[in-house]
Amino acid sequence: MIDPVSIITDSWNYLIVICLMMGGLFIVISQNNLVKKLVGLAIFQTSVFLFYITVGKMAGGTAPILLDSADVAYSNPLPHVLILTAIVVGVATTALGLALVLRIHAAFGSIEDDEVLTIKAEAALPRVTRAASETDSEARS
Amino acid sequence: MSLAAIIANLPALVVVVPLLLAPVAALIPVSGAAWVIAVIGTGGALISAWLLQGAVTGGVSFSYHLGSWPPPWGIEFVVDAASALTVLIMAALSFVATLFARRALPAEINERDAGKAYSAWLLASGGLAGLVMTGDAFNLFVFLEISALSSIILIALGAGTDRRALVAAYNYLIIGAVGATFYVIGVGFIYAVTGTLNMADLAERIPQVQQDTVIIVGFGFMVAGILVKAAVFPVHIWLPAAYAFAPSAVSAMLAAIATKAALYILARILFTVFAGVPDVTALALEWVLVPLAIAGIFTGTILAIYENDIKKLLAFSSVAQIGYIALAFGIASSAGIAAGFIHIGNHAIIKGGMFLAVGGYFLALRSRVSLSAMTGLGRRMPITTTGFLICGLSLIGLPLTAGFISKLYLVRALIAEDMILVMILVLVSSALSVAYLWKIVEILWQRPEGDDVPLHGDETPALYLPLWILAIANLWLGVAPAPLVDAANRAAMHLVGGIS
Amino acid sequence: MRDNPVLRTCAKILFAPIIVFGLYVQFHGDYSPGGGFQAGVIIAAAFILHALIFGLEAGRRLVPQWLNLALLAAGVLLYGGVGVAGMSMGGLYLDYNVLLPDPSAGQHVGIILVEFGVGLTVTAVMLALFHAFAGFNPERFGDETSDEADHSRGGS
Repeated sequence: MIDPVSIITDSWNYLIVICLMMGGLFIVISQNNLVKKLVGLAIFQTSVFLFYITVGKMAGGTAPILLDSADVAYSNPLPHVLILTAIVVGVATTALGLALVLRIHAAFGSIEDDEVLTIKAEAALPRVTRAASETDSEARS
Repeated sequence: MSLAAIIANLPALVVVVPLLLAPVAALIPVSGAAWVIAVIGTGGALISAWLLQGAVTGGVSFSYHLGSWPPPWGIEFVVDAASALTVLIMAALSFVATLFARRALPAEINERDAGKAYSAWLLASGGLAGLVMTGDAFNLFVFLEISALSSIILIALGAGTDRRALVAAYNYLIIGAVGATFYVIGVGFIYAVTGTLNMADLAERIPQVQQDTVIIVGFGFMVAGILVKAAVFPVHIWLPAAYAFAPSAVSAMLAAIATKAALYILARILFTVFAGVPDVTALALEWVLVPLAIAGIFTGTILAIYENDIKKLLAFSSVAQIGYIALAFGIASSAGIAAGFIHIGNHAIIKGGMFLAVGGYFLALRSRVSLSAMTGLGRRMPITTTGFLICGLSLIGLPLTAGFISKLYLVRALIAEDMILVMILVLVSSALSVAYLWKIVEILWQRPEGDDVPLHGDETPALYLPLWILAIANLWLGVAPAPLVDAANRAAMHLVGGIS
Repeated sequence: MRDNPVLRTCAKILFAPIIVFGLYVQFHGDYSPGGGFQAGVIIAAAFILHALIFGLEAGRRLVPQWLNLALLAAGVLLYGGVGVAGMSMGGLYLDYNVLLPDPSAGQHVGIILVEFGVGLTVTAVMLALFHAFAGFNPERFGDETSDEADHSRGGS
């Protein structure tokens, strides 16, 4: 029922989408480095953009920009607009993620997921609260 | 703008007023002035939501066409019984949390970040309101990401007190982005076979589609993405750390409304968009949503019993309560959906109140509120503790409180659908939740062993008044639940009655 | 990099054409690929090039932090303002038909204004991101927590 050759010749665009999607998701899950996780997330989101564009392409259709001549078949412009929105959202997400990685590096000294997790709870408090509690205990004693 | 123009544009104003005041707040470096802008923004949204709720009581529902483009070509905001009730709950809770933030937020963040913090606050508030009102599947994703990104900023602001807030915010970003992208994939599949993004139009076209596999796959991706945002077990893992390490006012607002919006979207997808293919949705409800909800209820309750950090304890309790709401929607009868909406409202005021009380404790103690640090606080901060207790009793479902009404309607809906085993599990978990509440109560009234931990200042009305607004709401809705119950019933009739 | 004559000269020569190209892309958004987001990134690229070659302080002098924040907010407020103007002139939110007496002229004006708002905000955001990442000083966050200490010790 499923012909492997026809899947490759007819649906190669969807195969690329699936490979990118799974590759990106795998990188997010498996990598410990926080920046690499963001890279995986970006690949995952890019695969979704490709999915939308490839779904919108009409066989024999040209780019969805109005031409003066009549009787032209255009590809669907709506996925392009949706993807523009999604790209902007992806940029904002990546930028926010990178800003958080910078702050994590400044606060913890490492951007490896396992190293950040193993830092103990007492050490997780920043200097100010320990200083305040030290002065409190000095005042009491 | 004339009064008639304002009234005609109320659906847009609920979203536009907070969203447009956000850049104004970002420009103001003084925290007091920025707070005033935040109050105007959330207050304006609350007034608009209140008027909208009044407008739909007659069973009327209307749609607002953004840009005057008629649907299905344009994006519409749908105002019906369900969305008006939910947006009113959102607006009310964000307003109360904003009142609390006046003293709470400047104590935990820097003065010069205050304007940007309130800007993110308003973006979150407006984004969540838009999420609930929109009637377009892709516009939903945009609002989902607006509210998620601003929530991440708000959570990361807790880094001034505890640097683990940064890791919590990062994890929420990754998991939330994956969830939102799953939702977009689902919408892509559905759009590919139906050609429309408008929810009402989708409801008509989906049953006509021949390719069942694409519908099932699209449905699966959409629901999976929304479950991530709603923090249903097992993708709830971002929630405990995020609520525990965020600033107190932020925890209160997010715990009260952020996941509720996603649960409302879940109900919308299940009962409006995919209303025409009940065999697909029934399978998902019976075999996925109900078991996951029950697992979430028990996971949240049991982990809360063993937790020492009070904010994390309340966060695990939130996971359990989200499980109750998801279970109520999973029952899929009109009574079940009404019970779900009732609990959306009640849990918002319960958890919002409890986090506001913990915020009051934190600001008095100026250190992480672990259960050992709270020893004896009940005696020294009686007003805050009494408010906390009222919300806690409502959480376990004592009669005369709002929580009892939710549990009552949930159990009734379960009995009506002959799900007796599930009902027994719900009652068992309610009994278990008494365990963690009792743990907290015992510690609050215990005499401490060493000297008293020094308190930074007495209880101020600015901190306990918002808490008491919610505590009184708990008692009122427990004694006179008719407004909420009627609104929830109308919402359920609207959703299960089919296409708007 | 500012000592290298080739880079310096090229940066100086390219700065203005990049901005002109960015404005071209901005205002041709309704007829050809373009619009606010693309143009915003292109114009920001010009400023970022300047900051890369001549140093972060020179870049900051060109666009100070307050101006950056003001442009950011101004773009969003312009977009929202067009929507609110639509509401006040009798239409719905973001209704361009009522902005001018002729609906199609109103559509043109509406789209150009909102895209310009988007372009302003995107330029400011890209520039702010560049300066935040390139000028990130981890020590600064240590000073912030000691502000907290003065706050809590002095304020209690």
